Amino acid sequence: MHEIDLTKTPLREVNQRLQTLPPDTNERVWKLTNLHGEHACAVGLTQPIEVHVDGHIGYYCAGMNQEATVIIHGQCGIGVAENMMSGEVRVKGNASSAAGATAQGGLLVIEGDAGTRCGISMKGVDIVVKGSVGAMSAFMAQSGSLVVCGDAGSSLGDSIYEARLYVQGKVESLGSDCIEKKMTPHHLAKLERLLKSAGIDADPRNFKRYGSARRLYNFHVDNVDSY
Amino acid sequence: MSAPNTPFYTPPRFSATFDQHAIAEIHRAAATGIYDIRGGGTKRRVPHFDDLLFLGASISRYPLEGYREKCGTNVVLGTRFAKKPIELKIPVTIAGMSFGALSGPAKEALGRGASKMGTSTTTGDGGMTPEERGQSSILVYQYLPSRYGMNPNDLRKADAIEVVVGQGAKPGGGGMLLGQKISDRVAKMRNLPKGIDQRSACRHPDWTGPDDLTIKIQELREITNWEKPIYVKVGATRPYFDTALAVKSGADVVVLDGMQGGTAATQEVFIEHVGLPILAAIRPAVKALQDLDMHRKVQLIVSGGIRNGADVAKALALGADAVAIGTAALIALGDNDPHWEEEYKKLGTTAGAYDDWHEGRDPAGITTQDPELAARLDPVKAGRRLANYLAVMTMEAQIIARACGKSHLHNLEPEDLVALTVESAAMAGVPLAGTSWIPGQGGY
Amino acid sequence: MCGIVGLFLKNPSLRSKLGAHLETMLIGMTERGPDSAGIAVYHSPVAQDRCKLTLFNADTNYPWRELSGDLGVALNAETDISQKGNHALLVAQASDDRVLPWLKAEHPDVRIMGYGHLMEVYKDIGLPAEVAARYGLRHMEGSHAIGHTRMATESAVTTEGSHPFTPAADMCLVHNGSLSNHNNLRKYLRKHGQEFETDNDSEVAARYFAHRLQEGASLKEAMEAGLKDLDGFFTFTMGTKDGFAVVRDGIACKPAVMAENDDWVAMASEFRSLAYLPNVEKAKIWEPAPSTVYTWSLQ
Repeated sequence: MHEIDLTKTPLREVNQRLQTLPPDTNERVWKLTNLHGEHACAVGLTQPIEVHVDGHIGYYCAGMNQEATVIIHGQCGIGVAENMMSGEVRVKGNASSAAGATAQGGLLVIEGDAGTRCGISMKGVDIVVKGSVGAMSAFMAQSGSLVVCGDAGSSLGDSIYEARLYVQGKVESLGSDCIEKKMTPHHLAKLERLLKSAGIDADPRNFKRYGSARRLYNFHVDNVDSY
Repeated sequence: MSAPNTPFYTPPRFSATFDQHAIAEIHRAAATGIYDIRGGGTKRRVPHFDDLLFLGASISRYPLEGYREKCGTNVVLGTRFAKKPIELKIPVTIAGMSFGALSGPAKEALGRGASKMGTSTTTGDGGMTPEERGQSSILVYQYLPSRYGMNPNDLRKADAIEVVVGQGAKPGGGGMLLGQKISDRVAKMRNLPKGIDQRSACRHPDWTGPDDLTIKIQELREITNWEKPIYVKVGATRPYFDTALAVKSGADVVVLDGMQGGTAATQEVFIEHVGLPILAAIRPAVKALQDLDMHRKVQLIVSGGIRNGADVAKALALGADAVAIGTAALIALGDNDPHWEEEYKKLGTTAGAYDDWHEGRDPAGITTQDPELAARLDPVKAGRRLANYLAVMTMEAQIIARACGKSHLHNLEPEDLVALTVESAAMAGVPLAGTSWIPGQGGY
Repeated sequence: MCGIVGLFLKNPSLRSKLGAHLETMLIGMTERGPDSAGIAVYHSPVAQDRCKLTLFNADTNYPWRELSGDLGVALNAETDISQKGNHALLVAQASDDRVLPWLKAEHPDVRIMGYGHLMEVYKDIGLPAEVAARYGLRHMEGSHAIGHTRMATESAVTTEGSHPFTPAADMCLVHNGSLSNHNNLRKYLRKHGQEFETDNDSEVAARYFAHRLQEGASLKEAMEAGLKDLDGFFTFTMGTKDGFAVVRDGIACKPAVMAENDDWVAMASEFRSLAYLPNVEKAKIWEPAPSTVYTWSLQ
């Protein structure tokens, strides 16, 4: 395990070092300590290394992550794992707004709660939240899955495309064109796999599924209230 | 009013308010229940560069000869923070236009033409295509609210990154691409079902406001090792404040797009009634840079209705470092060419007025995804046409600059200009021709 | 364009550390606002028959003693003044509705940063750490405090238009965001007796709330009215004599984080400003929900 103290090494150097590790590196496990809420920590990683962010961190942690596993041992700011392409990001505490925003792949696990707009514009990522998610989560969610073991705030899945939402607790309200959908064995199996990969113990049969009613796919004047 | 050939005949009188366009539009809205959508920028006449004139040489100001007495045209963008600023041979760039809005051959042609002249092209909503990166020697990568096709690999392949806050045709609006243009390839790039209408996001998903933009720009720099210039593009609305805020947020370059700037598709009312003409936006933006002591240190690119070397020279004289062309570039490729008049007639329009780019039935093969139509555009020939046009624009600007005694386009100044109308004098901050009067001096 | 912080102490034994904690919180917001900072601290209450005012004049040689003396003579009241940098703290044995008109008439070149029985307000240019040091924030005790760090967009970095705005006695407001209907609201508020010093949107919000409170609304009611009447993007933190409130608009794009335990409740634009508060690891940490008013009171 390689430890870097962020009071001694500037973030710019830390990111550079992690970003330029060669594919055959044997420096596979890293720990970043003495954090002060820095922004853009462990962003743009490209190798399957493991990075432990040991404390509370700022915005965009693990942004545009590829291949790497990033574990945040604390709270994180806006946009954790934004636009992630692959790999895994796990937040032990709470995540702020826009967690997993526009992410195209990989797995994002939030063991605490997520703020507003969790999974906004998601494009293929799997997000599993042990706690609750805030308002406007899965806004314009295109593809991928959002699993919420707690509750969901207002306007869930507003303007959703083809992403799939699974919520165990209460949904304060559903957004435009988002409706409850049937849970089939196929969905149950998928949900079970997601919960397992997140390491969260929950019964898929307690969840409800939500998705697009597909009435906004082509404009029709009678839907004008939805716009 | 009575019939012709009778006493007291008066001819029919049309209303200026309810003119033929207004009436037709009301009929159309009543029939369809949907707003009118089209491409292009504002079509109505607004104060523009044509209202300004250069003074040229005189007894007190001497011109340069052509050829040997060089007039430089190069510009460097991104000197503030980037490790690898961009060097352009000419101060005319190709504005962001998406693959999706444009056909593959059109994007290829733009790359070919721009590269031949040593300038840049810009990706659009939907991401970077391999063909575009292959053809453009300098490629600016747009970072938009939708984040369609956005990925770090392409970010790293780009020569610069343009964070799009808005564009002149629709400041406050997001990208629009209707189902008929969401082909298999476009759908795949944007992660959307084929054939549906793309709904647009008008704000970025993970930041709002200059304080959070600062943090976002930091993130983009960290991911790309601080190498690439970061542009911030805004539609012209509050140019003084937007420019100041872009600088405060850490931008290397500010891109300002006026209401004449085109779009592939948006609501007609948005195009015609929101945003400023570029003429009204340049001086406030330059003043903001000067007030922050950042003029020429943070570069300014302006766009929106740039058509010829005179427009280029005027934009530079008012303080811009470079211009971008969009609509003009498409016209150079062959958009609205009378060659296709029969087909334009079938579409209910005529060469010179065709603006239904959102429908994807462009006879010229430029704003379409239909493979048969797109095949009509030969990217090599079209690329050459663009290169020719860029060369002409540059020479025209040089001719004017030399006549004003300048050995470099950047030495053009507002004092080389006068205005033909009170509005343009006030907007551009230059005197009304033949007078020393600049209306409204005292504000900015 | 800015960072905001607020700290409200429930446990009186922590009061001696109020300033020290707020200083740390303020410094955490330096990157969001490096150009100037403003703080409002609620402490050292003056007697009921007195009022306390924080005054500003850029000239550190301003004749504050004379001003204090003249005021005392004019109102036949005891007055006392002490200078801190380009601010001065004036205490007068008179009500503020007598002192304020006199100041406005006799010393229009003095800016009134804040007034009331408890609240002191210091706003100055410089990094947050510099401003905090200049006014000795670290040593201030008190029950609650609010701070703001600013990224100026005008070329001249002055404290014109700085937060907190203080439209009424012991009342202050800080704002992160951008309102969109403040011009119309300003006209309405002017008709209802509010006087404006700047054309800043945040000042409109502050005076709107003051107007509501003057009309008899509670803190919560005033803020709820604001959710209906104010348009745009906002996170507001407001301080009153014994209260503290936080609200976000319905779209909630501007950041806000809160933390609360038995001893204190705090808010900040970013978590890093909360990270050093005592026992923050055990505190409940959450983001205020859109269109929801959160209030705390000392009573």
